[in-house]
Amino acid sequence: MNRWLERLAPIAFGIIALSLWQAAVTLSGVPSYIVPGPIDIWHAYLDSYTILNPALVSTLTVTFAALAVATAVGVALAVAMAASSLFRAAVQPWAVTLQVTPIVAIAPLIILWVPQPFVALVVCAAIIAFFPILSNTAAGLAATPQDLQDLFCLNGASRWQMLFLLRLPSALPNFLTGLRISGTLALVGAVVAEFVAGSGGFASGLAYRIIEASYRLQIPLMFAALIMLGISGIFIYSALGLLERFLLRSRDA
Amino acid sequence: MFSLQAVSKTFPGGTKALDNIAANIAPGEFVVLLGPSGCGKSTLLRLLAGLELPSSGAILWENNQRPAAGEVGFVFQDATLMPWLSAYGNVYLPLRLRGVRQAEATPKIQAVLAQMGLAEFADAKPKALSGGMRMRVSIARALISEPALLLMDEPFAALDEFTRHRLQDDLHALWRRTGKTIIFVTHSIYEAAYLASRILIMSPRPGQIAADISVSIPEGGERRTSAAYTNLVANITHTLHRIMPHE
Repeated sequence: MNRWLERLAPIAFGIIALSLWQAAVTLSGVPSYIVPGPIDIWHAYLDSYTILNPALVSTLTVTFAALAVATAVGVALAVAMAASSLFRAAVQPWAVTLQVTPIVAIAPLIILWVPQPFVALVVCAAIIAFFPILSNTAAGLAATPQDLQDLFCLNGASRWQMLFLLRLPSALPNFLTGLRISGTLALVGAVVAEFVAGSGGFASGLAYRIIEASYRLQIPLMFAALIMLGISGIFIYSALGLLERFLLRSRDA
Repeated sequence: MFSLQAVSKTFPGGTKALDNIAANIAPGEFVVLLGPSGCGKSTLLRLLAGLELPSSGAILWENNQRPAAGEVGFVFQDATLMPWLSAYGNVYLPLRLRGVRQAEATPKIQAVLAQMGLAEFADAKPKALSGGMRMRVSIARALISEPALLLMDEPFAALDEFTRHRLQDDLHALWRRTGKTIIFVTHSIYEAAYLASRILIMSPRPGQIAADISVSIPEGGERRTSAAYTNLVANITHTLHRIMPHE
């Protein structure tokens, strides 16, 4: 009983909030080009879904491509850092520097340097997204139980056997945690990159539609695009969370 | 089997873990290293395994032949199994690392699992096993490469009393049957008295051998309630009180 209530609570809260929002907008008579109500937003979506849906696909394509790149780069760097402390010492400060530099400040340069707009967007988003994968995987590799490493040594394991049979599998839970955080960051990165690229990008993503709608004062359309981004973020986060639970459960049980 | 010649170990921080350890260990002995925490028992075990090198002194092996990879079985305090591998997979590991094919290894693995009473649990992951069964898998893994020397670092310390007795019984029977040389670290007087054919009592800071006791409890009968066992426990207790002043 209690569990059902807890499951239903967020949905009920959402419906109540939407109703209050709609009521406030209707009663106060605020024009929809300043604050649209949920019904206006829904109508704006129905009017423009032929533009908005492909825009969502475009943004998600950048997001997942960036996540793939971030995963490859993050894991490769983490393995190299675990293998060589010299490499770690050399690279770690720069990885942190890249992480703390606001990407909005670098994005114009990347968009200037990389001629293909799609690649430029993916690079920007990947730079934002790779750090959690790197740091979590590196932490997982470093935390490989010493006794198991000793066991591998006693049995004459090679470095590669140690890496593939012990250290990478040990780091899998940490990697998956990093992947979940990076997934939502990749979406943030894709949106930021589209914003910066503006019409210099390939002008088809949701973020670009938001800019365009704001210029034209199509505020309900803007809200519709915004809500689509929010839902995408929740979807990515929960899908990667499910993947994490499923993989670990089926592996260890 | 091997001989410890004035072995000392000082760690980089300056802590002297072992001081001038000397002992001859014959093949087939069941040697228990008994002492309080911090007396360097585990360090001595790691030196024997080749995981650490002595700061001075030497370990001389029979025939001048240090055991090769896999010829020493090591059992840790925790079962240290890989949670993503089944009991079968964990026991296969030492052979797998040496490139033994699964088809060739399977009969051996099944035999060792059966020997440890795990025949029905070959496919179980560690999470599904009890603490005692996990330790059995860990011992099976140490036995799979048929090592002549078995090193055990307080393997039963984390188990409950009933499980511990069962595993001690099984280990004792295994030693009687196979005649392996076993070096077993513990801080339990009862465990030492029950298992050992020889007890080396170590005193702490720095670790030294304070007493060397040969054990002869007749086989057969209820070992834990025999007079010989009770006397041995009393003997060890006196020795420990003599070498370890009350703090």
